[in-house]
Amino acid sequence: MTGRAESAYALSLQRIAAMMLRYWYLLRSSWPRLLDLVYWPTVQMVTWGFLQYYITSNAGFFARAGGTFIGAVLLWDILFRGQLGFSISFLEEMWSRNIGNLMMSPLRPMEFIAALMVMSVVRLSIGAVPVTFLAIGFFGFNLYGLGLALVAFFFNLMLTSWAIGIFVSGLILRNGMGAENLAWSIMFLFMPLTCVYYPVTTLPVWLQPVAWALPPTYVFEGMRALLIHQVYRGDLMLDALALNAVLFAAGVYGFLKLLQGARRHGSLMQTGE
Amino acid sequence: MCAMPDPPPIAVERLVKIYKTIPAVDGISFTLLPGSITGLLGGNGAGKTTTIATIMGLTTPTSGRVSVLGAEMPRQRYRVLHRMNFESPYVEVPMRLTVRQNMTVFGMLYGVADLRERIAELGRQLELTDLLDRPTGRLSAGQKTRVSLAKALINNPDVLLLDEPTASLDPDTADWVRSHLAHYCRERRATVLLASHNMAEVERLCERVIIMKRGRIEDDDTPAKLLARYGRRTLEEVFLDVARGGSVEREAAQ
Repeated sequence: MTGRAESAYALSLQRIAAMMLRYWYLLRSSWPRLLDLVYWPTVQMVTWGFLQYYITSNAGFFARAGGTFIGAVLLWDILFRGQLGFSISFLEEMWSRNIGNLMMSPLRPMEFIAALMVMSVVRLSIGAVPVTFLAIGFFGFNLYGLGLALVAFFFNLMLTSWAIGIFVSGLILRNGMGAENLAWSIMFLFMPLTCVYYPVTTLPVWLQPVAWALPPTYVFEGMRALLIHQVYRGDLMLDALALNAVLFAAGVYGFLKLLQGARRHGSLMQTGE
Repeated sequence: MCAMPDPPPIAVERLVKIYKTIPAVDGISFTLLPGSITGLLGGNGAGKTTTIATIMGLTTPTSGRVSVLGAEMPRQRYRVLHRMNFESPYVEVPMRLTVRQNMTVFGMLYGVADLRERIAELGRQLELTDLLDRPTGRLSAGQKTRVSLAKALINNPDVLLLDEPTASLDPDTADWVRSHLAHYCRERRATVLLASHNMAEVERLCERVIIMKRGRIEDDDTPAKLLARYGRRTLEEVFLDVARGGSVEREAAQ
């Protein structure tokens, strides 16, 4: 026997690294996968960039102010691509029928989640960083000009994307590939509610509490405050962080419960539809 | 003070697994001895795969108890998963990764020491050396099976669970896989539970055979004793007797 005995709660950096290596090998093996990471963010940014350009010469002050559209597009992409990066890495295991190998290996669920979180940042970086430089070149919008606020925006958006990605992965484990579409579409439910392109006050009054219950709303409001009024709203970021802590804990709890349900129902043996 | 005896590699006690209202496994019990190869026989839906999945901790028992190397499954599975491994046609190793990349990832997951040397050793033993840097998906079915076997042996498991290890292989490759498994068990004194539809395979490899039907154990003995008890020449005939609930000859006469 060459393996090492460990307690049930010990997390192993080696196993997390093993999973990251697995996804890195996979990314490296396929140029279409790499291209796909950059393709959509670029298309999005260029489309909305031109819209912003048009509005700049035709609309009022708030629409013109400081690249709010293009900033919103780039931040939305962090949220959307963060969740997608997490979910696609997870789906790779389902598509390759490898999930049984992982679930019967010493890999702990939290190690699996940690590896998926890191890989979502890696995938996002590959896709989004070149696009942010294109935004500077095409439209003169420098996302990095947001300074330290960008760190707060990024961290909060990633936390939300992980929480959603973790929960959706649990749903797929429990319900099989029939739930795959959720991985692609669930974030679009958040798009109108988190007020990516418009202030919360645009929503009907009865819907505004729902928007304020979602952490990304605070980030997009914070971005507009910074770009339009040049005010950094640290209070909004702290509110988002608190909500994210709850959302992340709920996502992990949901994943573990759904995994437990999958073991009970034998779903891990049948990972098809 | 007396030393505690080693726990059995696999102990299944009154195991029941019900999916919704359908019992997949219905109160089975057996214990496997260290270094033994046991065949688990049964038709489709007999409960073999569910039994193996429960032993691996992949499925939670509805009632009853399963322990592996003294750890209760699935509750204490992380105490022993690094000492177990499995091969099944229901799962695959990632096809886009090369054989070496797959072995590296699984070796790291199982905490294998001297991983490079272990991969080289498995390459030699399973005749994979020339294939190590090829994508797994581009290999033939027989080569892929050898890769799956390499993954199952990467951690030198004390308990090895095999579900149809030679399904869809040509006779030559299947025979080669059986020889390697027998050699591994002898050398490592590993305990193997082998689910198969291939009676010749079970007859050749196993010193004990458990026959399941509709989630229950219908018979459990050495191949020789089963043949004698049913008055048959092959395990296939014994299996058909059990599966059809009566004598093959009687059916033929009818």
